[in-house]
Amino acid sequence: MQDVITLRHVWAGYEDDVVLEDINFSVRPDDFIGLIGPNGGGKTTLMRVLLGLVKPMRGQVSIMGKPPELGREHIGYVPQIIDFDRSFPITLFDVVRMGRLGYRKLFHRYNAQDNEIAMAALGDVEMASLKDTPIGELSGGQRQRVLIARALASQPQILLLDEPTSSIDPKVSTSIYELLQRLNERMAIILVSHDMNAISSYVKTIGCVSRKLFYHAEKAVTAQMLEAAYQCPIDLIAHGLPHRHLHDHVQEEAAL
Amino acid sequence: MINTIWSALQYGFMQNALITAALVSIACGIIGTYVVLKRIVFLSGGVAHAAYGGIGLGYLLKIPPLVSALGFSLLASFSMAWVHRKTKERSDTIIGVMWALGMALGIIFVDLASGYKADLMSYLFGSILAVSQLELLLMAVMDILIIIMVALFFKEFLALSFDETFTTIRNVAVDWLYVILVGMIGLTVVMMMRVVGLIMVIALLTIPPAISNMFVKDMKKMMVMSILLSLVFTTSGLLVSYLIDLTSGAVIIMISGIAYLLSYVGKNLYQIYKNRQAGVEVHE
Repeated sequence: MQDVITLRHVWAGYEDDVVLEDINFSVRPDDFIGLIGPNGGGKTTLMRVLLGLVKPMRGQVSIMGKPPELGREHIGYVPQIIDFDRSFPITLFDVVRMGRLGYRKLFHRYNAQDNEIAMAALGDVEMASLKDTPIGELSGGQRQRVLIARALASQPQILLLDEPTSSIDPKVSTSIYELLQRLNERMAIILVSHDMNAISSYVKTIGCVSRKLFYHAEKAVTAQMLEAAYQCPIDLIAHGLPHRHLHDHVQEEAAL
Repeated sequence: MINTIWSALQYGFMQNALITAALVSIACGIIGTYVVLKRIVFLSGGVAHAAYGGIGLGYLLKIPPLVSALGFSLLASFSMAWVHRKTKERSDTIIGVMWALGMALGIIFVDLASGYKADLMSYLFGSILAVSQLELLLMAVMDILIIIMVALFFKEFLALSFDETFTTIRNVAVDWLYVILVGMIGLTVVMMMRVVGLIMVIALLTIPPAISNMFVKDMKKMMVMSILLSLVFTTSGLLVSYLIDLTSGAVIIMISGIAYLLSYVGKNLYQIYKNRQAGVEVHE
């Protein structure tokens, strides 16, 4: 199987400030990767590099064999729901149809096929019955589903999610992770989160972003990864992780 | 009073004023909706005030100030849009500087201009009663232009207002759309300058959509309701100002402002009432 995303020796940042250093990363079509890391560690920058919003200083980025500015059409991006204005006058069907923008160029209206695909995407996230509801009337979990449906409407090969459960209660989070697991049968999924406990039970592999990327296409989070990723001890880091292989002294630090 | 209004309506200048109110409301309702939803009120204020440079230039070059204001406003729109898009930080500071520079230029141009500077104040505070045939024609053309642009790019403008990042990732030419949008703000602002003056443009541009946004949950309906509200505010303001002899622009803004406060309070009270009703039902 060919990799859907390849990063080779990528350095990125803003002006003189290097945020990401020598990133090497490949994603296979059936991957479900959880990326964790401290705040300011470069998770967001890595996402922006994949989406072609930040140009790398050095190195090569390839999305479906294309540079990110073109290859991003294969990425379904799901931003954080907190970034949205709840009073924005728009129905969730119209939000989902935005996923069709790349297919329906300027001067053209959305056509029947777009509507069909948008409805199918709403069906995938089990929101079809609410299609004419203004987004302001939805709960956080429902809005998250709508944004996932919008990403699906662009028929992506890769789904990229930014903190999909950060402001959602745990019960609803579970249902969203289960939805993602189903979607993973059709596409690669990368999700970025600081909530390691939650994602570790659903993703196939975990990587750590902290200036560098610590990713070995495994689910295990090694002590080396944590030591490198989190400079100072952070509590809870070791809890609930399957296959953890932590050094004794790291566990002591974690207990602090 | 009805008689006074009726006889006022017989005057050509009054009829022109009412046509102006209608033409301006169309642009103002459509573009104001984008300004409010995209949260570019400050940028729009900058464009409006910088356009004063164009008014001054008109006096200096002895051309109709509205024409030179139009050119100047478009120039200001494009440069501010560019600054807003391309500078990473503090774009509001740069826009603030351009805002002031535009006004300063206008004042200097007026100083340098020779001859009688009639109705200079009307551009600052508006004078809907003094709109010429040429200006009416210009406004009609601008309205048509705005309607065509919005009809052509409706789905893109909706996406741009709702989620710019996602729109960029879908490879829509966001930079160009943004420039077109801010350019249309430039056109609208020049039209509105005639009605309420550039100092109060922002109020008439944002109040009708802000009220509409409280009550409708669809962008097209929000535009239509904003146009109607804007029409109600401008015509009622015009008539009231005529009856009690006050500056029309200021009366229009007072009426809009009061309407906004009333809707805001009313909406919140209704919400409290509804929540309490819901609470009662739960208890039963």
